Amino acid sequence: MPVPAAHEFFIDPSRCIGCNACVQACSECDTHRGHSMIQLDYIDRANSPQTVPVVCMHCDSPTCAEVCPADAIKRMGDGVVQTARKPRCIACNNCVLACPFGVPKMHTEMHLMMKCDLCYDRTSVGKKPMCATVCPSQALYFGTLEEIERLRPNSRPIHTFKFGRQLITTKVNMMVPKYARVEHLDVVAAMRQPTTGNTVEDEMLLGAMTTAEVPL
Amino acid sequence: MAAIAASPEDIRKQFGPHLSASVREGLAPGAPPDKVVKTHCCFCGQQCGIQLLVRDNCVVGFEPWMEFPFNQGKLCPKGVKRYLQGAHPDRLLHAYERDPAAPGGFRPVAYDAAIQRVASEIERIQSQYGPAAMACLSGASLTTEKAYLMGKFARVCLRTPHIDYNGRLCMVSAGAGNKKAFGIDRAANPWSDILGAEVVWISGANIAECAPITTDYVWQARERGAKVIVVDPRLTAIARTCDLFLPIKPGRDVALFNGILHLMIRNDWLDHPFIREFTTGFDELAASVQEWTPRRTSEVTGIAEGPIHQAAQWWGQAKTSFLMHARGIEHHSHGVQNVLGAINLVLASGRIGRANCGYATITGQANGQGGREHGQKCDQLPGLRDIANPEHRAAVAKVWGIEPDAIPGPGVDAYELFRKADKGEIKGLLSICFNPLVSLPDNNFIRRVLEQVEFYVAIDFFLNESARYANVVLPGSLQEEDEGIVTTTEGRVVKINPAVECPGDARQDWRIIQDIAGALNRSRGFRFGSPREILDELRAASRGGIADYSGITYEKIEKQYGVFWPCPSDEHPGTPRLFENGSWNPVAQGKGPFYFPDGKARFNVAKYSPPAEEVDAGFPLMLTTGRVVSHFLSGTQTRRIGPLVDHCPEPFIEVHPLLARRLGLAEGDWATAETRRGACTLQVRVVKTIRPDTIFIPYHWPDRQSANQLTIAAQDPISKIPEYKVCAARLKKAASPEPAASSQGQTR
Repeated sequence: MPVPAAHEFFIDPSRCIGCNACVQACSECDTHRGHSMIQLDYIDRANSPQTVPVVCMHCDSPTCAEVCPADAIKRMGDGVVQTARKPRCIACNNCVLACPFGVPKMHTEMHLMMKCDLCYDRTSVGKKPMCATVCPSQALYFGTLEEIERLRPNSRPIHTFKFGRQLITTKVNMMVPKYARVEHLDVVAAMRQPTTGNTVEDEMLLGAMTTAEVPL
Repeated sequence: MAAIAASPEDIRKQFGPHLSASVREGLAPGAPPDKVVKTHCCFCGQQCGIQLLVRDNCVVGFEPWMEFPFNQGKLCPKGVKRYLQGAHPDRLLHAYERDPAAPGGFRPVAYDAAIQRVASEIERIQSQYGPAAMACLSGASLTTEKAYLMGKFARVCLRTPHIDYNGRLCMVSAGAGNKKAFGIDRAANPWSDILGAEVVWISGANIAECAPITTDYVWQARERGAKVIVVDPRLTAIARTCDLFLPIKPGRDVALFNGILHLMIRNDWLDHPFIREFTTGFDELAASVQEWTPRRTSEVTGIAEGPIHQAAQWWGQAKTSFLMHARGIEHHSHGVQNVLGAINLVLASGRIGRANCGYATITGQANGQGGREHGQKCDQLPGLRDIANPEHRAAVAKVWGIEPDAIPGPGVDAYELFRKADKGEIKGLLSICFNPLVSLPDNNFIRRVLEQVEFYVAIDFFLNESARYANVVLPGSLQEEDEGIVTTTEGRVVKINPAVECPGDARQDWRIIQDIAGALNRSRGFRFGSPREILDELRAASRGGIADYSGITYEKIEKQYGVFWPCPSDEHPGTPRLFENGSWNPVAQGKGPFYFPDGKARFNVAKYSPPAEEVDAGFPLMLTTGRVVSHFLSGTQTRRIGPLVDHCPEPFIEVHPLLARRLGLAEGDWATAETRRGACTLQVRVVKTIRPDTIFIPYHWPDRQSANQLTIAAQDPISKIPEYKVCAARLKKAASPEPAASSQGQTR
């Protein structure tokens, strides 16, 4: 049974709390037990607890499949891009190098590329992917467009990404602020004003220092 | 008992912690389970619904339980990997006796012989020194049936006043504050009331790591337009995208609450009809916060005046709101005052007792709520009754079939028990579900006491660090090996269902307690055949009390996905939201919604005092301690689960870059944090997400990695909670320690 067409995957990094539940749940799958297909990273832990989970974006024209010399990566009719098929994968690493989202991982000990297949064993029988099921913050969400529009009125999903000259559309959506505009930084403007917002936070914390003695 | 003879390496080799990574070896992937058991996670007070997959009497995995309303399938990483605690190589399968010559320092003994030894030692100690020379240390991760049984066992079987529990380290400040203000100790609202709040105020709660499932409730409120205010010395993950972050100096919460109330009064952001009709004590409180001007509040709290005004305005002008707090404001020598300060804001706003208007403490342990209601606290009898109240004593004595005078008086708190043992007043200890050596403050003192008590029996499923000092260890049960009820952070009573049998000689904890009673020839009242029979007596014992469980049955819980107490009759559906206008309770008898004879809530003057130990030239920094998402409490379980240890293998010290620069510290450097009580050398994490005058260490680890070597044993005078959240410390760069300092387990 295909994954229902109305069901889509949504990633909202503004909700992510870095708890690792998605990574731990992914590694429970019977088809890749012990290996998580999700990467969860701090963007810059020194400055922020911001984390971002990365799952396969399931591209409409998957670069990984296009560069695969062994035709090991199959895109299903329902839009799910499957992980490499073991009998075909020659562990050449082309997909790992080519994917613009950095998703496929080479497991050299198994001579096999592995990546997220949208929990095909679950989504093809009407369940949600495991990560989106357990996600405590619902930074990972699986449902219909109507649901997400109702539940997240301040965000909008995007599924078109530009990498150089390559335009990619994906089955998986990223949630972005609803009214955010695309800002292009003018170098001249940047010469005249700070380009980051960090100073405010520093001042707040520096103010706190006046009441405490800090060793020299 | 004497110090441990076996080497740490030897103990670790025999009893762990070893890391469990898989329990499915030899089982075909994808093969169907023998059964799927709907139950709840074994860890925190959220008590998420989960389905355990069972094969060959072994929990082999999980499947989300989508229908359970609280979490609807959501789980944190601990919940996902919790199944790995079963079939673990460190699982205690026998009773053990201390034997310096045996591997790991313990010799397996027959279960019955161990029970006899425990009984004869209890008899010896009690006949030599009196009944009060025996003390019980119990736990809030036990089911309510077991917690009830432990309270009864101490008072009726051991006839000692001395039982207390590790909720003393967790819920007691909130409980005491709630009782003073509302007359009842329970979250006032179900979590669904968070969703419609205009302002969500979170003080001292690292929700993302300690109550992860609550995150989605907060985010849902935010999607609907709620302003989120977070008060914390650390910019935690829940604070990252909040609308207002107040980086408070540790230990100053009551000053902030008083300052906010000052502005509410100044701007008349008050619900006068509510204050008039449903509360008392406002005028005295109002006078007391006159001195808390924004300037003074700012000076004391370390928060700029602007954000204080902003917080007061949002809170003051909101139509609906939800205020939550946790250990961050409660773990203080004035924790109760902090809680009262928070409650004053709620009562002054009048936003309680109706939809989308709420207040709650977020409980820590699995049964942090139910475990504090039915008599394992030193001053309490079942049904949230008071052990010093003659009417309460008579009601419970009747159920127990004894004379009221036979119930001992109040005992002392869990830390004071150790002080009494140190003074020689307590000679024998029985612990269950408690690892004081890791979880109590100033734990070098705890170690000395454990070394000197005459007899110590520990009941647990793994050999926790405290149990290494026991004379006898009895193999208790994992959560999935027994059934019973627990009460969640919402006040929802849920049912833990058994998934597997106890392995080897291990027994369900209530059987062990009854076996000890039997060996003491004091079986009367301890002949329960099942947790259901214990619950039936508990229901009777709680009838008419504030925490009335008399209408709660396993069947009703299953049918309704839990029952919120109070539930005073078979027909009663339970009480999700407290304090609704027109509601009845046994104290007010219809005079009002709060649990006092006049039905009115109490404003309490919340007095500010600084932490017990202020910084000075020698110890110029504030140390605060807390948790990480991948570990739970003293780590007895989570330090044995491989994937959780992989995620967070070691404790660390969080340091702001400004402080790091002064001390010449870079990310990953080793540094020694030192207080007047001890020192601890760990790697530093240099992050801008902590106040520069504060350092943070998570506490889940033992021995040389234990943060509680450093913490102060100062306690709140009312709740007796220890001041884990602030003490004076210094920090200096250190050489990397020898490898032996690491207590990280190895896979076996």
